[in-house]
Amino acid sequence: MTRAVGAGALGRRLFALTMTLLAAGLGSFILLPLLALFTHGGPLSLLRGLGHPVALPALWLSLATTVTALVIVVIGGTPLAWHLARTSGRLSRWLETTLQLPMVMPPSVAGIALLLAFGRQGVLGTPLHSLGWSFAFSSMAVVMAQVFVSSPFYLQAALVAFRRLDANLLAVARSFGASPARIFFAVALPLARPALLAGAATAWARALGEFGATLMFAGNVAGKTQTLPLAIYAALETDLRAAQTLSVLLVLIAFALLLAVRGRATVVGRSSPLEKARS
Amino acid sequence: MTESSVPARLSATVEKTLGKLHLSAHLHVGRELLTIIGPNGSGKTSLLLSLLGLWRPDRGRIVLDNRVLFDSNVPLDCPTEQRGFAYVPQDQALFPHLSALANVEFALTCRQPGLCRAERRHHAFGFLDRMDAASLASRPPASLSGGERQRVAIARALAAHPKALLCDEPFSALSPNVRAEVRGRLAECAEALAVPTLLVTHDRTDVAALAGRVAVMEMGQIVACGSFDELSADPPTPYVTHFVGSG
Repeated sequence: MTRAVGAGALGRRLFALTMTLLAAGLGSFILLPLLALFTHGGPLSLLRGLGHPVALPALWLSLATTVTALVIVVIGGTPLAWHLARTSGRLSRWLETTLQLPMVMPPSVAGIALLLAFGRQGVLGTPLHSLGWSFAFSSMAVVMAQVFVSSPFYLQAALVAFRRLDANLLAVARSFGASPARIFFAVALPLARPALLAGAATAWARALGEFGATLMFAGNVAGKTQTLPLAIYAALETDLRAAQTLSVLLVLIAFALLLAVRGRATVVGRSSPLEKARS
Repeated sequence: MTESSVPARLSATVEKTLGKLHLSAHLHVGRELLTIIGPNGSGKTSLLLSLLGLWRPDRGRIVLDNRVLFDSNVPLDCPTEQRGFAYVPQDQALFPHLSALANVEFALTCRQPGLCRAERRHHAFGFLDRMDAASLASRPPASLSGGERQRVAIARALAAHPKALLCDEPFSALSPNVRAEVRGRLAECAEALAVPTLLVTHDRTDVAALAGRVAVMEMGQIVACGSFDELSADPPTPYVTHFVGSG
């Protein structure tokens, strides 16, 4: 009896120890590089890195292009997600899956896809170029790359939020005579807002970190297409301190966005037997 | 099947196959409160959703106040928002981001968009007061009890100035005392509103208290219609026998 109790206690301790060691192993692996990023060289070295000529232009370009991309993603993505959430056909399911592809696509593939679509010899790029419009290797190309890679994150969050809206709320509003626009603006949007904000923050963070597609589609021209991730890549060859400073900046911004997401990630709505009644 | 002695304001023939259920209901309702009873899965909610336009019938015709809302022969299918109903679902479906007053104002402005803010608030208070819920005006739905939420939901439905009121088990989550009180209020308001009112319930006391016609739905069809006393005196189906004896 005593031996059985002792074996049980030993098993529990062994389990707790194994779990702790595994958790500590992965946790340390993630935290150590972040710690090194913030502590290597000391705070003065980090501040001096801000004086590197590419630092501030890259920071401003990143902020300007990502905010522009975010506005485009939210303005276009919200109605797209609303439409997809309220349709259940095979075509819409196929479209939804396809629109999620940039999320799992390697950035280099995204860059090639953008070049083939909007480059000077691309599907849409050729006729646009003949009209005098050229996107590739411009600040607009940076925005386009960011929109392409970040929109699935917002779309996914918005789709989930709209699908989780209680269908009874929408049915009741419709029965009262509320127009589709009123239902969207007065019922759906306010209820989905926390999830939409969380999705927007995630999409913004993804756009800020965008590197591969931007490099291939927009190039790496200082002051024009060189965003923070590209500036880090460029500075790495000449000034590790500047690269480290810019990396810290990126991590801080991403961390702030992540905190905002965690604060806002409230699931709104609940399922309802009236799901099928949506139209 | 549900011929009323008064001229029908709402007349509907609805046929729809939903999985195993074949809904085939004929309904004629005057300015009265018609209670619909029936076992689970008999098609009561499906009938309401078809009337609302949330489920499209395979065949049929729905006419409300001499206006054709749906006709599979034409074909004509008026959108839900233009049908003129007000729907009170089982879970009340109050907008959680709006106060009780704002919920009523929402319904009010759907069919009276020209009201100024002061008029809107005045009328909304009036509807809440009719349901003895004026003191709840500033409260969010999450802070209301089941009975309070139901009173606000009914006030909101009345504020939509419906041509017909559709209530799907509105008292099911209420305690017996609150249920009797809210039921009484709804009956008063429905009488004052004088529009066809369809009320789905599973509760014998609701049917006995709401002295009006009762339609019995089974297997997607309205198999009997009459007063509670008539149905009690001569139950047309085993379900009705069980139902009238359940109290």
